[in-house]
Amino acid sequence: MTKKVKDEILHDHNQDGIDRRGFLKCMAWAGAGALCVMQGGVLKSYSLSRLSDLEPSVAAGELSFVQISDSHMGFNKPANPDVAGTLKAAVDKINALSKAPEFLLHTGDISHLSKPEEFDTVDQILKATGKEVFFVPGEHDVLNDDGAQFREHYGKGAKGAGWYSFEKKGVHFVGLVNVMNLKAGGLGTLGHEQLEWLEDDVKHLKSSTPIVVFAHIPLWTVYPDWGWGTDDSAQALAYLKKFGSVTVLNGHIHQTMQKVEGNVTFHTAASTAFPQPQPGKADSPGPMKVPAEQLRSVLGITDVNYVRGQQALAVVDSSLA
Amino acid sequence: MRRRVWILVLAAPVVAAAVLLVSGARGFAASAEQAQASNVEVKIDNFSFGPTTLTVATGTTVTWTNRDDIPHTVVSDDKVFKSKVLDTDEKFSYTFTRPGTYGYFCSIHPKMTGKVVVQ
Repeated sequence: MTKKVKDEILHDHNQDGIDRRGFLKCMAWAGAGALCVMQGGVLKSYSLSRLSDLEPSVAAGELSFVQISDSHMGFNKPANPDVAGTLKAAVDKINALSKAPEFLLHTGDISHLSKPEEFDTVDQILKATGKEVFFVPGEHDVLNDDGAQFREHYGKGAKGAGWYSFEKKGVHFVGLVNVMNLKAGGLGTLGHEQLEWLEDDVKHLKSSTPIVVFAHIPLWTVYPDWGWGTDDSAQALAYLKKFGSVTVLNGHIHQTMQKVEGNVTFHTAASTAFPQPQPGKADSPGPMKVPAEQLRSVLGITDVNYVRGQQALAVVDSSLA
Repeated sequence: MRRRVWILVLAAPVVAAAVLLVSGARGFAASAEQAQASNVEVKIDNFSFGPTTLTVATGTTVTWTNRDDIPHTVVSDDKVFKSKVLDTDEKFSYTFTRPGTYGYFCSIHPKMTGKVVVQ
């Protein structure tokens, strides 16, 4: 087995494991894959391309789930003329995981144009995992109808524009919606009503409860010029300050990226449809065309494991190649 | 004498035709200018509106065309106009009947903003 710990990035100078003033960036571009684990206030970065490289204690977590994102069903441009095919490849990848996930999270842009047949196709393909799927909408899922169709299809029991929370094995999951009522010149928005709901939703929880927040647009500012951030995410994160372990899972930017700030690990997943350029590395964030034989190496799924007693969840990206 | 009359008779319709041609051409040119003034294009390329700021006369119809691989919308800040989602090569037109400044944006990618100044 290969050596797992590749480099230790940061010490927790405040000895508290939370609210550190400095922050650490642990970025893994599409296809590279990385795992960051916070243990006793020390963040360790593991360079990973395969699940088999993981420490058994990390890989065999108590709770395992998979995040997929940005399937953009209906997209048919040169960057990927077969998004159904690559979503099926993602399902194959999920079904081949050594530890089967308990459920899936889809962090939005399920469809490309909010068409009923696009949602249906994704549902049909994901059925092959046999797993329950929890969704939040991307901006492509709420076109033309302010998300009415999305809420009808996926938001049963959800609040407002489709936000909700649930518990799995002691981990508290919160699905947020930050793609509605976007303002000219602005970024993603959660809005007052949702923030109030979030404050209320988590205030009764013990600070030792691991929290997983998932939403489409990153809840940290990745690149504002391209709208890759959420205007009022700081308020949401303020409500999560008391918790020792917060994992934030997003999509939208079609590439993997991580940042750890205090007790919060931010992570964005790859798309299953097409890659987008690194921030500022192209004229626009539009679909990036790569040679056909390389496409699956820049698409992927994200496997997340929770081990009781560890401060952070292990987040592992795997490409579809 | 007879010969001269013939020439005059032949010449008259030619002159008349020439006059018609000239005036017709003028009429055509005038309407073309008018058409240009009342129909203006905005192209959506690389997640931006071009031109970003457009100044037009009252009564002008502006047509936006999405040339990106990703859908966009055209929504005025004050909800004066709002397109459906525009997929690649789809268009949206709006006729500006009142002077004013109309800020607009893409409601899917709100960093994309533009302005139409109607005089």
